[in-house]
Amino acid sequence: MKRLDKIHSILSQALKPISIKITDDSDLHVGHAEASGAGETHFRLEIISEEFTNKTRVDRERLIHSLLADEFAAGLHSISIKASSPNDN
Amino acid sequence: MTENLAMDRIKHQVLENDVMLFMKGSPVFPQCGFSAAVVQILNHMGVKYSSTDVLEDPEVRQGIKDFSNWPTIPQLYVKGEFVGGCDILREMFEAGELEDYFDKAGVLRES
Repeated sequence: MKRLDKIHSILSQALKPISIKITDDSDLHVGHAEASGAGETHFRLEIISEEFTNKTRVDRERLIHSLLADEFAAGLHSISIKASSPNDN
Repeated sequence: MTENLAMDRIKHQVLENDVMLFMKGSPVFPQCGFSAAVVQILNHMGVKYSSTDVLEDPEVRQGIKDFSNWPTIPQLYVKGEFVGGCDILREMFEAGELEDYFDKAGVLRES
């Protein structure tokens, strides 16, 4: 399974998002020290979920990082995150 | 250097510097777009900060990830407290929250 699909399924299951959008930005980071050239290293995520209600930005990202720990261990280098709750002002 | 020494150095840097940035490259020559973005925000806000180039030391590079249980770099610390990485700082900056954060933390800014 492609990493993008894997990330999508892990986050969808755990966070039941109202909306989720993931983009593979790896091409933008070619030549970067950590980009192996094989791709699937850099992603961008926009996600809206009730799970983020009353959580700080740091806690929201930590939650996502922890869900993706295996992917980080397997070569995911960075995921740029915009995590919102439907209850944010 | 052993892992503990790296960790001690990280702790020391975080505690000794009011605004401490762990980044890739230097503020003048950032080696990564995310680090560059944070440098740009801090410079724009006129905040005085210290920085460490994690690319120069693999143990600090891994150590800083363990230190705050945060898997990516850059990382910004203010008065010993972890504030966030690039996305968080960018969001805080755009929402005007970063200014408040620095003011409340008593960090001086040149305007």
